[in-house]
Amino acid sequence: MSTEIHPLEIHDLTVAYHKRPVLYGIDLVVPRGSLIGIVGPNGAGKSTLIKTIMGQVPANSGWVKIFGKPFSKVVSRVGYVPQRESVDWDFPVNVMDVVLMGRYGRLGLMRRPTKEDKKIALACLEKVKMLPYANRQISNLSGGQQQRVFLARALAQESDLYFMDEPFAGVDAATESAIIEILHDLRKKGKTILVVHHDLPTARKYFDKLLLLNMRVVAFGPTEEVFTYDILQKTYGGRLTILSEVADAVGEVHPSSDQRE
Amino acid sequence: MKTRWKSIEWMRGNCFGSVRLGLLLLIVLGVFGGLPEVQAAKIGEITETDWTDQAARFFTFKDPSVRYAVLGSIFLGVSCGLLGSFILVRKLALLGDTLSHAVLPGVALGFLWNMTKDPVAIFVGATIAGLLGTVTVNLIRDTTRIKEDSALGMVLAGFYGVGICLFTMIQNLPVGNKAGIDKYLFGQAAALSSGDVVLMGSVMLVACLLIFVFYKELLVTSFDSMFAVSLGISARFFHYLIMLLLAFSVVVALQAVGVVLVSAMLITPAATAYLLTDRLHRMLILAAIFGLLAGFLGSFFSFLGNNLPTGPFMVLGASSIFLAAFLLGPRYGIFPRWLKQFNRSRRIQIENTLKAFYQVREAEEFSKEGVTLSALARRRNESLREVEKRIGHLVRDGLASFDENQKGEVSLTEEGVVYLTPSGWQRACEIVRNHRLWELYLTNAAEYEADHVHDDAEMIEHILGEETVRLIERRLDFPTRDPHGKLIPSAIDMGEVDSNKVEGATGYFSNT
Repeated sequence: MSTEIHPLEIHDLTVAYHKRPVLYGIDLVVPRGSLIGIVGPNGAGKSTLIKTIMGQVPANSGWVKIFGKPFSKVVSRVGYVPQRESVDWDFPVNVMDVVLMGRYGRLGLMRRPTKEDKKIALACLEKVKMLPYANRQISNLSGGQQQRVFLARALAQESDLYFMDEPFAGVDAATESAIIEILHDLRKKGKTILVVHHDLPTARKYFDKLLLLNMRVVAFGPTEEVFTYDILQKTYGGRLTILSEVADAVGEVHPSSDQRE
Repeated sequence: MKTRWKSIEWMRGNCFGSVRLGLLLLIVLGVFGGLPEVQAAKIGEITETDWTDQAARFFTFKDPSVRYAVLGSIFLGVSCGLLGSFILVRKLALLGDTLSHAVLPGVALGFLWNMTKDPVAIFVGATIAGLLGTVTVNLIRDTTRIKEDSALGMVLAGFYGVGICLFTMIQNLPVGNKAGIDKYLFGQAAALSSGDVVLMGSVMLVACLLIFVFYKELLVTSFDSMFAVSLGISARFFHYLIMLLLAFSVVVALQAVGVVLVSAMLITPAATAYLLTDRLHRMLILAAIFGLLAGFLGSFFSFLGNNLPTGPFMVLGASSIFLAAFLLGPRYGIFPRWLKQFNRSRRIQIENTLKAFYQVREAEEFSKEGVTLSALARRRNESLREVEKRIGHLVRDGLASFDENQKGEVSLTEEGVVYLTPSGWQRACEIVRNHRLWELYLTNAAEYEADHVHDDAEMIEHILGEETVRLIERRLDFPTRDPHGKLIPSAIDMGEVDSNKVEGATGYFSNT
């Protein structure tokens, strides 16, 4: 047994929505200081995997350990960038308010963000080149700027392990390269980053390791080793639709809360 | 909605009696004045009928029922404003409406519990019914293919219907002590007892305290519940906390606002605040203030009208504040936006006239100082009258003057001559420069065809700022001629004014 504590270790994780399995027996050990792209077709369970790791979606079986502990014990060591569409951008907050939310995990009950927290938030805004926008209402931002604000908020968390859900979706080229720069910077500092990514060609360019996911782990390894025709075919191609059919069938056997069919 | 109105009509017929029906009609007509014959809800033996006497009575707060009514209305306004803000930003407005209607059977059952208007029993009954209503909505949404909006509608109507039936039953019961139970429909602040007011005050305090203590948790769970969960903050816990506080606020507000209109007190003050600010904490404070004001106004007008139902007046108050914010709010108000638009188009008109002036002089190779009205009209392709009006604007802004013989009279003949003042001439030069510079920029730097650039420049010339002008000048290496070969006015041209002043400051000052 190795004595090293991995940032993320998943064993035999199965997750189901309304009894319909979306992730099957996931096993994964992520080493420290790697930048990993999670790739797979729509409905492959990429976002679900992240949400399950962070306890937003309950697992049916298996376990997840973050730095050797359950998520709830190491909350402050985990940073998160949710999908940009998941929030209402007309919400009455400004950019600074949003970035300060990244500090909330470190503040106790009843404690307001301190000057130190504000300094950190401003520094994070500077890193994503959004400092001039600190007092802007968030609805006045472009898609790329919104994504940078979310990234700044995650940076303000000062975590060791990051999960990012499609940070490149719908952003301009400048934002894309700015994000990549920051990701590389984080990796250099020994942080571990898992990024859900949609675009295959850039996935090859951006990440050291790829996790090819389609309801189960198809492949996980260094990008040059797993980015092959065979593996991609296996991930995106026809063979795995059987799993999806089985999933539907299982859903029918257990008529549940979800009686759509 | 139709069924709901029908049930209200039916309520009026059966429960209120014709006196009440007439009373309701009077509210609709907006009559606040003396209604001496009305026997309903006379707390404290009100005999005065003159509205000034009533107002005096109200503001001296001598009458305990006035004190209770005002305090109660203020408390409920504040708690509804605060909770309403969270309901609004969490997009739960319809849920608030449903919850407020779903409490009705609980009120009736609370009364039936020991056959009196016991505040605590009614509070408990109503809270349970309200929460049951929201749970039912969730249940329907999660177990069937019916979407949330339909589920809300069904639960609202269903619970409300049951409540109305129970109320009718109570009205027909041979028990004496049912006075005031009917107030739950449209609200009557004057019927509040000291116990009610204490309850309302406690709910307000609890709401304020919890919002203060959990402000950042409530903020992050409202804005981004996924992120909140990743911070280890339970979004579910805070959702239920909000729902519980909401149920409390609605239930204590019932007596004063009534079941039918309490949702308006939740949503309207919060929506008003949302129009005025972009920060949640300010929105909370504003919503609380608006709720308080609406509550106060409602209880005042209700008292003035000899204890007319309070609810409609509170809602009228809240809606008036909303209307004011909608029209006058500095950021999103209709009127300020319209004013801005008006000023901008007026400025553009003025600048276009100045530009035409420059062009006419240019065509005459700057041989004459002044320009005739007819020449300007030809240039602008406008009637003489229109040009006359525009020159009037220029004169008023100190940008132009008439021929001295004309004594500055507005009415000019066709051959009347107009002169620009130094500042008018400077602005004319700036506009022409902006236009030609932009055309040159488009053809040189953005590689537009020379015949494609004019329309774009027509617009840009009015909004080009000083810094941008400087930037373009530098980028184009201080050009002198535009793509059509015309001279670009430089600081020297404007320097006819005051060469010291304009040196190095050729910019266009948009704020004048």
